[in-house]
Formats: sequence, C-alpha cells, structure tokens
Amino acid sequence: MNGQAILREVTLTLPMAPDMEVAASKTATAIAEFMKMSPDRIDEVRMAVIEACINAFEHSHSPDRQVTMTFEVVGKGEPEELRITVRDSGVGFDPETIEEPSIEAKLREDRKRGWGLKIIRGLMDEVEIHSGREGTTVVMSKRRR
Amino acid sequence: MTDNSTVTADRRDGLAVIYTRGYINNQAGEEIARVAYSLIDEGHKALLLNLEGTTIVNSIGISILIEIIEKMIEIGGRLAFCRLTPTIDKTFHIMGLTQYAPIYGDEATAVAALRG
Repeated sequence: MNGQAILREVTLTLPMAPDMEVAASKTATAIAEFMKMSPDRIDEVRMAVIEACINAFEHSHSPDRQVTMTFEVVGKGEPEELRITVRDSGVGFDPETIEEPSIEAKLREDRKRGWGLKIIRGLMDEVEIHSGREGTTVVMSKRRR
Repeated sequence: MTDNSTVTADRRDGLAVIYTRGYINNQAGEEIARVAYSLIDEGHKALLLNLEGTTIVNSIGISILIEIIEKMIEIGGRLAFCRLTPTIDKTFHIMGLTQYAPIYGDEATAVAALRG
C-alpha cells in the first residue's frame, strides 16, 4: 500500500431494509468530512455508497439480509484516500457478464434499471469487485483530492 | 425514505415546471412520474424538472426519470433539467441522459430553451 496506513476505520452492519442506504451515506459523509474532502467529492462518494448498498440489497439474495461496510481512511500521516468496502454474503455474480447499460438501449427496453455499477465506476477513482459463491465484495476508493 | 420528498408543478402555457424536494428514490421517482403524466394528459408537451431542492438521487429514481423521457419522446415533447448539483449533473452525463434531456444551469435559461 506504498507505506500508507489506515488512519481511521469504521465498520457498519446494515440490515437490508428501506432507507438503510441513507444511513450508510451519512456515515460516508461524516468520514469524508473528517478527511476534509471537498463537498463535491463527498457528494460523489455519498451517491456511490447509495448505489453499492442498493445493489447489495436488491441483487445479493443474502440469507442474513445484511451488508457489512468498512470505511477506511488511508494515508501517510495525512488522510489521502477513503476506501469503502461493501460486503454481502449472497449468491454472487460474474462481473464480466454484466452488460454495460446504455441510454439508447434502456429507452427501447422495458427494464430501465441496471445502472448501479456504471454510476459507481463513474464517480469513484478506483473500483474492484470480487464475487463468488460466498458473496460479493465491492471495494471502492476516492482520493481526498 | 421520501425524506420529506415533495413534488409540485407550475403550469405556464403549455410548459410546466416540476419542482422536487428531498431524496429521489423509487417512491419520489414514482411521484414525479405521476405528476409528469398528469401534466402530459393536460396537454403539456414541454416539461422542465427543477431539481434545486434535491441533493441526492438513486439509480431507481433515475430509471423512472428515463421512463418519463421515453414518454416525452413518444409524444414528440421535450424534457429538460435545471439546477442540478454537480454530482447529479455528472451522474446524468455518465448515464447519457443529457442526449435526450438537456441540462441547464438556471430555470429561466431552461424555459427559454424549451420554448425556443
């Protein structure tokens, strides 16, 4: 991790229930504010967190109906990056098989949804997805500036 | 959470401005759609969504906005957005919505463009 250390860590376990994504976004906001991230970048983190939660809530089919989130502030002395891990114990999926949504196709199709990963990738600096039979872990990072 | 989400409309000679407040999730998205379809039924062919009162949306809410865009295309109408936060603006660009529903910084410019 290039000499970077975890300067602060917060773990949150959320039930898959309506509006819990908002609770997660509030935690992300508080931590990003602690890091002195700019308001626009905080907003982007907030939206990515909401999308990651909704994806887990809707698609994981997790038997425990829970999502575990870890927020890590990493840096060399000073906060440099916010790394957020969203983990479920659901059925998993193959990220390679997920078709990239396009507005042209969505306007023709009955199903307008399926934008979550595209939005997360567009708003965060780095996104990794690990998925298998034991669930899915999304790791997404945003630099302080 | 509707997070005190409310949707109101202002009718102006064939053009209507829809104002939102709060988090646009599935419930708020459906409320916006209900108001938009009612305005379309009244004969409005130009709709402006003013999101000044909204700082956060989710993809479910946006997918409902895409349904409204589709409806406007079907009837030969026009839909535009104004007063978006930078993140909502960026998200709409990521999704390509702006190809079908332009974004304007302020309401007066958007209204002029929709009437033009």
